[in-house]
Amino acid sequence: MTPPPAITLQGSYTLGDTRLFGPLSVHLPAGQWTCLLGPSGVGKSTILRLILDLSTGGQFTGSVQADDGQPLPDRISYMAQSDLLLPWLTVLENTVLGARLRGETPDMDRARHLLTRVGLEAHQTKTLAALSGGMRQRAALARALIEDRPVVLLDEPFSALDAGTRADMQELAAEVLQDKTVLLVTHDPAEATRLGHQILLLSPDEATVWAPPPTPPIRALQDPATLACQAELLAHLRGQVR
Amino acid sequence: MRVLYGLAALLLGLLLWQLLVWITGTPHFILPSPLRVAQAAYASRALILEHATVTATEVVLGLILGTILGAITAIQLASSQWAQRLLLPILVFTQAVPVFALAPILTLWFGYGMASKIVMAVLIIYFPVTSAFHDGLTRVDSGLLDLARTMGATRWQVMRRIRIPHALPSLGTGLRLAAVYAPIGAVIGEWVGASKGLGYLMLLANGRVKIDLMFASLIALALLTVVLHKLVAILADHLSAYASGSSLQKGLGPKK
Repeated sequence: MTPPPAITLQGSYTLGDTRLFGPLSVHLPAGQWTCLLGPSGVGKSTILRLILDLSTGGQFTGSVQADDGQPLPDRISYMAQSDLLLPWLTVLENTVLGARLRGETPDMDRARHLLTRVGLEAHQTKTLAALSGGMRQRAALARALIEDRPVVLLDEPFSALDAGTRADMQELAAEVLQDKTVLLVTHDPAEATRLGHQILLLSPDEATVWAPPPTPPIRALQDPATLACQAELLAHLRGQVR
Repeated sequence: MRVLYGLAALLLGLLLWQLLVWITGTPHFILPSPLRVAQAAYASRALILEHATVTATEVVLGLILGTILGAITAIQLASSQWAQRLLLPILVFTQAVPVFALAPILTLWFGYGMASKIVMAVLIIYFPVTSAFHDGLTRVDSGLLDLARTMGATRWQVMRRIRIPHALPSLGTGLRLAAVYAPIGAVIGEWVGASKGLGYLMLLANGRVKIDLMFASLIALALLTVVLHKLVAILADHLSAYASGSSLQKGLGPKK
């Protein structure tokens, strides 16, 4: 696999006559986790969709570029806010959906392995009706991880999980997605300070870099520097909202 | 319990019918009593069965062919923009032509045998099946289509693995309608020109003032439609259960 590229999005975005954000610049360093925070409706998901080259309903003036100059969309794995699992398939079949949709033979062993890693090994043959919201999100995570692409965009992937499972899944994702270019949209300062090599705060006018804790991710939950950073970040976000 | 209620409703209906005959004193060649009809049905059971078999065959073949044609059309419409823009208006326009008015032409083209009746049934169910299935195929969550796109899905795989399974309950809805319409198509065809079938038998009985036999044929036709509708409803339920994942769940141990 080619080394993961760095990605730069530059430009501004308007929805009808209203400017949503920009002109601004978002830079995702190669092989690192970038955590994107910002108030609801500021356009975090839109940035993800622009990088994915999906339709957004608005007007984007600018560019999305990888530093190696190659096209991006087929090198990205994506996990949306809703789990988007197919109710007529089992958990295992949902996990290998990508391969099926490309008409390839799926790697079932790898799928089973990933399902075990996300704690769903006992639920492989079940349908979604039998799963809780958190389990569904873990299945969606397994489906995103199995794609094994150099760039991974995650839109609030851990929001429906209980605190314990969330910490587990963060560790799993950090391990599996090590050395990939990751953009994680989140509302949770704790998650951002734990996982991000880079933390970006999105506002309509700019994407500000927030200094991450000095240690490299993934950071221990009880690490004092991380906790301090998290508290400062939270205070800043609260100020922003008011 | 439901069976008992059904039986009670049937008895009530027969009683009202009998009362109507008694009270109004209508002659039996206008409105025969239920008993007379039952006697006629029993006496002509072989005849009714023979003609019912013909009608049933026409209806079932029409239903199968119409469903296949409708499903193929819906998939074609849903998989290409130009097909949708070009064919959908044509399809809607053809619905403005009453199928009944076509019956004489179809008899001319396809003869007095089963073929013209099957074509009638196909024509009458084609649109409901197509439009219901097409609706389901195109109403897929756009998030799913986006996800499929990021996964590098081919058009056909999206159709096969996302759109079609998602649209199966809608196809079921179309089939339920089709099961009611198809017998109408077949009988109209038989009225216009046939030598077999319940519609033909009704005309024949009417011509010979055997009104009791005419009613018996009518009841046989109604029974045929009800049975067909029930069978199709079971199929439609299975399609819905599949799409919601509950059929799998039943097959794989106890529900959680």
